[in-house]
Amino acid sequence: MSPATGQPVTIVSSVVQKYAETAGGLLPCLHEIQAKLGHIPKDCVAIIASGMGLSRAEVHGVISFYHDFHNEPRGQTTIHLCRAEACQAMGSRKLEEHVKSRLGVEFGGTTADGRFSLEPVYCLGNCACPPSIRIGDNVFARVDAARFDRLLKEV
Amino acid sequence: MVKVFIPSDTTACALGADEVAAEIALHSEQRGLQVEIVRNGSRGAFWLEPLVEIDSHLGRIAFGPVGVNDVFDLFESGFPEPCEHPTYMGKVADIGWLKYQSRLTFARAGMTDPLSLDDYRQHDGYSGLMRALTMSPADIVEEITASGLRGRGGAAFPTGIKWRTVLDTAAEQKYVAANADEGDSGTFADRLLMEADPYQLIEGMTICAMAVGATEGFIYLRSEYPRALHALKQAISNAADANLLGNDIGGSGRHFDIQVRVGAGAYICGEETSMLESLEGKRGLVRFKPPLPAIEGLFGQPTVVNNVLTLAGVSTVLAKGADYYRDYGTGRSRGTLTVQLAGNVRYGGLVELPFGVSLRDLVEEFGGGTATGRPVHAIQVGGPLGAYLPESQWDTPMDYEAFAAAGAMLGHGGVVVFDDSVDMAQQAQFAMEFCALESCGKCTPCRIGSVRGVELIDKIRQNDNRQGNLDLLDELCETMESGSLCAMGGLTPMPVRSALKHFNQAFEAGQGNEKHD
Repeated sequence: MSPATGQPVTIVSSVVQKYAETAGGLLPCLHEIQAKLGHIPKDCVAIIASGMGLSRAEVHGVISFYHDFHNEPRGQTTIHLCRAEACQAMGSRKLEEHVKSRLGVEFGGTTADGRFSLEPVYCLGNCACPPSIRIGDNVFARVDAARFDRLLKEV
Repeated sequence: MVKVFIPSDTTACALGADEVAAEIALHSEQRGLQVEIVRNGSRGAFWLEPLVEIDSHLGRIAFGPVGVNDVFDLFESGFPEPCEHPTYMGKVADIGWLKYQSRLTFARAGMTDPLSLDDYRQHDGYSGLMRALTMSPADIVEEITASGLRGRGGAAFPTGIKWRTVLDTAAEQKYVAANADEGDSGTFADRLLMEADPYQLIEGMTICAMAVGATEGFIYLRSEYPRALHALKQAISNAADANLLGNDIGGSGRHFDIQVRVGAGAYICGEETSMLESLEGKRGLVRFKPPLPAIEGLFGQPTVVNNVLTLAGVSTVLAKGADYYRDYGTGRSRGTLTVQLAGNVRYGGLVELPFGVSLRDLVEEFGGGTATGRPVHAIQVGGPLGAYLPESQWDTPMDYEAFAAAGAMLGHGGVVVFDDSVDMAQQAQFAMEFCALESCGKCTPCRIGSVRGVELIDKIRQNDNRQGNLDLLDELCETMESGSLCAMGGLTPMPVRSALKHFNQAFEAGQGNEKHD
């Protein structure tokens, strides 16, 4: 095994070991792997499955069911743009067009420089001051095109 | 030492509260002022955030909304004492928007440091649990039943009946699962409560555990709420250190633990059986009912699944008594309703009132109309599966039965306001699109019906076989309503049909595109 793949495997194995005895532990396990590696490498699914006492199909099934989990490497920072009704009422559709063209990606895409991934989100719980976006773990309110451009520069 | 309160709430911080706090700390230091900054929760008056408060000889005094650029000026004007300034609001107790509410569940929100157990106890916290510990399980359940408390997640099922079922079901292991997967657009009450007053949820869950005989609790929190996660984890740890969770709660010999589990971005996991699957580490596929979760729930054991606000309400019922709670509200809707004014609204935020206020009063009196200043055109109540209400329905009183009779639902209390630039055909199409995106896929009417619904509304908007497709859409809605396994597919037709019924001119060819910007 090459060192490049060796390291993620070690990390995944230790996380899996931590959750192996936890009832219903697959979601926290996947969250932690993704937090450490940025994504859940496809070639680690077998390790997760055997460690958690599940089939590979079950693990893959869970990863593919939830919007948060990704099999492919992601940008350094994820930008979540809210597409839900409260934000629509304040112009999120227009903001969405701007953000996509500014970053040069569609939803699910990562910018060419690898800095940002863009994801849709359906509500950030900031519905009294829309439109809302989340950059990393920070939520921003009343975002229009100009504010988005400023925020992007500050990341 | 002057206490200065600056909320740590998500919305307050989304509007710059962290930067304001840093700036106030800096200026205080430079001026050699003795200031203690408390990061409180938000009072839910989000239109005033960041709302900075000071403890003065006059009581709590508010300034808002305070931007970073206001801070220098504020200090020049005499801050942190009550002083003349454009952001000066006077006494918090005199702010009409807050004063005319009936805060029960959100009484402490914004008053206190959310993580301070001392604060919580000084404001009546844990008196409900202390009382519950002196009562028999059946008496606690009876108290909840007598209060008239109904599930605040949307389904409005009587809480006492659910608890009674779990209490009466014999099992080695029982669970309490708090549904904190607040996915409805236009809602933030659960988030606000968890960030501003997390002990109230923990106390409510503990009372529930004592009532039904559960020893383990889970809070299923959506991943979109990182600040709530931080607050809950810290609060759980503090409660355990103070013997309010763990092996010997309050010296009673009773045992209860809580852990937080984070969702992974699936709206459907707010449906209770899907949430249980997710807690078990599986895909969030909806389960058939029966068996009810109260009989076979988490890991096949009897489980109380309650919304965050329901469990929080439990603390109030036990602290103040069933009658006190019951005296608020109307008909079969007892206690208070938590409305979240959202979308295109001037004074958005959380409004807690007895059931029965009209939608018009809420949006006009509290909300102050739209943020854009244009006329209110449509109001969606109850989240993405709720109806769009036209002006002719705005006098409907906000209670479960009156809304059901109007072909709408209160749901979790989200109220999303739209001005007259909205394209209602586009909104109807989005309702179907959202269902297609978030359907768990288990049943056909929801999984496939929603995709066909998007296509049909697209054709109608393009005037392609208009009447034929309208008839087909009507049939499709009926199939989804009566044939879906859960509320996702079953209620998606509600926004669609209400848009068609009350805003039908929007579905005429070219209308929508022309009107929208």
